[in-house]
Amino acid sequence: MARSLKKGPFVEYTLENKVTVMNNATRKTVIKTWSRRSMIIPEFVGHTFAVHNGNKFIPVYVTENMVGHKLGEFSPTRTFRGHSNKKDKVKK
Amino acid sequence: MARISGIDLPRNKRGEIGLTYIYGIGRSTARTILDRCGVHYDVKVGEWTDEQATRIRTLVTETFKTEGELRSEVQLNIKRLLDIGCYRGLRHRKGLPVRGQRTKNNSRTRKGKRKTIANKKKATK
Repeated sequence: MARSLKKGPFVEYTLENKVTVMNNATRKTVIKTWSRRSMIIPEFVGHTFAVHNGNKFIPVYVTENMVGHKLGEFSPTRTFRGHSNKKDKVKK
Repeated sequence: MARISGIDLPRNKRGEIGLTYIYGIGRSTARTILDRCGVHYDVKVGEWTDEQATRIRTLVTETFKTEGELRSEVQLNIKRLLDIGCYRGLRHRKGLPVRGQRTKNNSRTRKGKRKTIANKKKATK
Protein backbone atom coordinates (compact mmCIF):
# COMPACT_ATOMS: atom_id res chain seq x y z
CA MET A 1 0.00 0.00 0.00
CA ALA A 2 1.21 3.49 -0.74
CA ARG A 3 2.29 5.81 2.03
CA SER A 4 -0.17 8.42 3.25
CA LEU A 5 0.33 11.77 1.51
CA LYS A 6 -0.31 13.58 4.77
CA LYS A 7 2.99 12.34 6.17
CA GLY A 8 5.08 13.44 3.23
CA PRO A 9 8.09 11.53 1.96
CA PHE A 10 10.21 9.68 4.47
CA VAL A 11 13.80 10.82 4.70
CA GLU A 12 16.18 9.94 7.51
CA TYR A 13 16.48 13.12 9.59
CA THR A 14 20.23 12.97 9.92
CA LEU A 15 20.58 12.54 6.17
CA GLU A 16 18.27 15.44 5.42
CA ASN A 17 20.17 17.66 7.85
CA LYS A 18 23.48 16.80 6.25
CA VAL A 19 22.15 17.72 2.81
CA THR A 20 20.65 21.01 3.97
CA VAL A 21 23.91 21.96 5.65
CA MET A 22 25.77 21.18 2.44
CA ASN A 23 23.26 23.06 0.34
CA ASN A 24 23.57 26.12 2.56
CA ALA A 25 27.34 25.99 2.32
CA THR A 26 27.16 25.16 -1.43
CA ARG A 27 29.62 22.38 -0.86
CA LYS A 28 29.57 18.87 -2.22
CA THR A 29 31.03 15.83 -0.63
CA VAL A 30 30.08 12.20 -0.88
CA ILE A 31 27.68 11.26 1.91
CA LYS A 32 28.09 7.78 3.27
CA THR A 33 24.75 6.37 4.28
CA TRP A 34 23.12 3.17 5.41
CA SER A 35 19.66 4.64 5.00
CA ARG A 36 18.48 2.79 1.92
CA ARG A 37 14.90 3.48 2.94
CA SER A 38 15.17 7.24 2.48
CA MET A 39 13.22 8.77 -0.36
CA ILE A 40 15.17 10.91 -2.81
CA ILE A 41 13.80 14.44 -2.53
CA PRO A 42 14.48 17.33 -4.96
CA GLU A 43 17.08 18.80 -2.57
CA PHE A 44 19.26 15.74 -3.13
CA VAL A 45 19.69 16.35 -6.86
CA GLY A 46 23.32 16.79 -7.84
CA HIS A 47 24.75 15.18 -4.73
CA THR A 48 26.52 11.87 -4.58
CA PHE A 49 25.59 9.34 -1.96
CA ALA A 50 27.52 6.25 -1.04
CA VAL A 51 24.71 3.83 -0.33
CA HIS A 52 25.45 0.72 1.65
CA ASN A 53 24.36 -2.56 0.07
CA GLY A 54 25.16 -4.74 3.05
CA ASN A 55 28.72 -5.28 1.94
CA LYS A 56 30.14 -2.05 0.61
CA PHE A 57 29.11 1.45 -0.37
CA ILE A 58 27.86 2.00 -3.91
CA PRO A 59 28.26 5.56 -5.19
CA VAL A 60 24.97 6.96 -6.47
CA TYR A 61 24.90 10.27 -8.30
CA VAL A 62 21.38 11.65 -7.97
CA THR A 63 19.75 13.11 -11.06
CA GLU A 64 16.41 14.79 -11.55
CA ASN A 65 14.76 11.58 -12.80
CA MET A 66 15.53 9.72 -9.59
CA VAL A 67 13.35 11.92 -7.40
CA GLY A 68 10.65 9.86 -5.74
CA HIS A 69 12.64 6.65 -5.67
CA LYS A 70 14.38 5.26 -2.60
CA LEU A 71 18.15 5.36 -2.25
CA GLY A 72 18.26 1.58 -1.88
CA GLU A 73 16.90 1.04 -5.38
CA PHE A 74 20.21 2.18 -6.79
CA SER A 75 22.42 -0.06 -4.75
CA PRO A 76 21.76 -3.71 -5.62
CA THR A 77 22.19 -6.15 -2.78
CA ARG A 78 22.51 -9.39 -4.71
CA THR A 79 25.15 -10.60 -7.07
CA PHE A 80 24.21 -13.13 -9.72
CA ARG A 81 27.15 -14.44 -11.65
CA GLY A 82 25.20 -16.82 -13.86
CA HIS A 83 24.62 -20.51 -13.65
CA SER A 84 27.51 -22.91 -13.72
CA ASN A 85 28.39 -24.22 -17.16
CA LYS A 86 28.40 -27.94 -17.88
CA LYS A 87 31.82 -27.75 -19.51
CA ASP A 88 33.30 -25.98 -16.52
CA LYS A 89 32.17 -28.80 -14.29
CA VAL A 90 33.79 -31.42 -16.53
CA LYS A 91 37.09 -29.59 -16.44
CA LYS A 92 37.15 -29.78 -12.67
CA MET B 1 -18.25 1.31 -40.45
CA ALA B 2 -17.04 2.41 -37.05
CA ARG B 3 -13.41 3.40 -37.11
CA ILE B 4 -11.94 4.91 -33.94
CA SER B 5 -8.31 5.97 -33.43
CA GLY B 6 -7.08 3.87 -36.33
CA ILE B 7 -8.85 0.67 -35.36
CA ASP B 8 -11.77 -1.02 -37.09
CA LEU B 9 -14.29 -2.06 -34.49
CA PRO B 10 -15.99 -5.42 -34.96
CA ARG B 11 -19.50 -4.51 -36.06
CA ASN B 12 -21.26 -7.62 -34.77
CA LYS B 13 -20.15 -7.18 -31.13
CA ARG B 14 -21.90 -5.29 -28.36
CA GLY B 15 -20.69 -1.72 -27.94
CA GLU B 16 -19.22 -2.42 -24.52
CA ILE B 17 -17.08 -5.25 -25.92
CA GLY B 18 -16.38 -3.68 -29.28
CA LEU B 19 -14.69 -0.64 -27.74
CA THR B 20 -12.23 -2.84 -25.88
CA TYR B 21 -10.59 -3.70 -29.21
CA ILE B 22 -8.91 -0.31 -28.88
CA TYR B 23 -5.61 -0.47 -26.96
CA GLY B 24 -6.05 1.41 -23.71
CA ILE B 25 -9.79 0.84 -23.36
CA GLY B 26 -11.04 -1.95 -21.16
CA ARG B 27 -14.47 -2.91 -19.98
CA SER B 28 -14.87 -0.17 -17.40
CA THR B 29 -13.58 2.61 -19.65
CA ALA B 30 -15.85 1.36 -22.42
CA ARG B 31 -18.80 1.61 -20.05
CA THR B 32 -18.01 5.17 -18.99
CA ILE B 33 -17.65 6.18 -22.64
CA LEU B 34 -21.00 4.71 -23.56
CA ASP B 35 -22.63 6.24 -20.49
CA ARG B 36 -21.33 9.67 -21.34
CA CYS B 37 -22.51 9.35 -24.94
CA GLY B 38 -25.88 8.04 -23.87
CA VAL B 39 -25.60 4.78 -25.79
CA HIS B 40 -26.83 1.53 -24.28
CA TYR B 41 -24.10 -1.10 -23.63
CA ASP B 42 -25.98 -3.78 -25.51
CA VAL B 43 -26.31 -1.93 -28.80
CA LYS B 44 -24.12 -3.63 -31.40
CA VAL B 45 -21.34 -1.54 -32.91
CA GLY B 46 -22.87 -1.89 -36.37
CA GLU B 47 -26.17 -0.55 -35.10
CA TRP B 48 -24.81 2.74 -33.80
CA THR B 49 -26.28 5.67 -35.63
CA ASP B 50 -23.81 7.92 -37.44
CA GLU B 51 -24.43 10.64 -34.91
CA GLN B 52 -23.73 8.31 -31.97
CA ALA B 53 -20.61 6.98 -33.66
CA THR B 54 -19.17 10.44 -34.16
CA ARG B 55 -19.97 11.37 -30.57
CA ILE B 56 -18.15 8.29 -29.32
CA ARG B 57 -15.23 8.89 -31.67
CA THR B 58 -14.70 12.48 -30.54
CA LEU B 59 -14.95 11.49 -26.87
CA VAL B 60 -12.38 8.73 -27.28
CA THR B 61 -9.92 10.76 -29.28
CA GLU B 62 -10.17 13.83 -27.08
CA THR B 63 -10.20 12.47 -23.54
CA PHE B 64 -8.39 9.14 -23.65
CA LYS B 65 -4.84 8.21 -24.44
CA THR B 66 -5.04 5.22 -26.75
CA GLU B 67 -3.06 3.11 -29.19
CA GLY B 68 0.29 4.52 -30.34
CA GLU B 69 0.32 7.43 -27.95
CA LEU B 70 -0.29 5.19 -24.95
CA ARG B 71 2.16 2.56 -26.15
CA SER B 72 4.92 5.14 -26.49
CA GLU B 73 4.13 6.51 -23.03
CA VAL B 74 4.54 3.05 -21.52
CA GLN B 75 7.80 2.57 -23.39
CA LEU B 76 9.06 5.94 -22.12
CA ASN B 77 8.24 4.99 -18.55
CA ILE B 78 10.23 1.79 -18.91
CA LYS B 79 13.08 3.64 -20.59
CA ARG B 80 13.26 6.07 -17.68
CA LEU B 81 13.65 3.15 -15.28
CA LEU B 82 16.38 1.70 -17.49
CA ASP B 83 18.24 5.00 -17.70
CA ILE B 84 18.37 5.80 -14.01
CA GLY B 85 19.71 2.32 -13.25
CA CYS B 86 17.37 1.52 -10.40
CA TYR B 87 16.39 -1.98 -9.36
CA ARG B 88 13.23 -2.04 -11.48
CA GLY B 89 15.24 -0.93 -14.49
CA LEU B 90 17.74 -3.72 -13.97
CA ARG B 91 14.93 -6.26 -13.86
CA HIS B 92 13.53 -4.91 -17.11
CA ARG B 93 16.97 -5.17 -18.66
CA LYS B 94 17.32 -8.80 -17.64
CA GLY B 95 13.77 -9.68 -18.69
CA LEU B 96 12.84 -10.89 -15.23
CA PRO B 97 9.77 -10.05 -13.15
CA VAL B 98 9.92 -6.48 -11.88
CA ARG B 99 7.61 -6.54 -8.89
CA GLY B 100 9.35 -8.97 -6.59
CA GLN B 101 7.77 -12.22 -7.75
CA ARG B 102 9.68 -15.43 -7.27
CA THR B 103 11.87 -16.68 -10.08
CA LYS B 104 12.70 -20.14 -8.81
CA ASN B 105 9.75 -21.48 -10.81
CA ASN B 106 7.21 -19.97 -13.11
CA SER B 107 7.41 -16.32 -14.24
CA ARG B 108 7.40 -17.72 -17.78
CA THR B 109 5.63 -14.65 -19.13
CA ARG B 110 8.72 -12.58 -18.50
CA LYS B 111 11.35 -15.25 -19.03
CA GLY B 112 9.84 -16.71 -22.19
CA LYS B 113 9.84 -20.33 -23.27
CA ARG B 114 11.74 -22.78 -21.09
CA LYS B 115 15.36 -23.22 -22.10
CA THR B 116 16.23 -26.78 -21.25
CA ILE B 117 19.83 -27.43 -20.37
CA ALA B 118 21.07 -30.41 -22.34
CA ASN B 119 22.35 -33.45 -20.42
CA LYS B 120 21.22 -32.06 -17.12
CA LYS B 121 21.95 -34.63 -14.48
CA LYS B 122 18.83 -36.49 -13.44
CA ALA B 123 18.19 -37.20 -9.78
CA THR B 124 19.43 -40.73 -9.04
CA LYS B 125 17.38 -43.00 -6.85
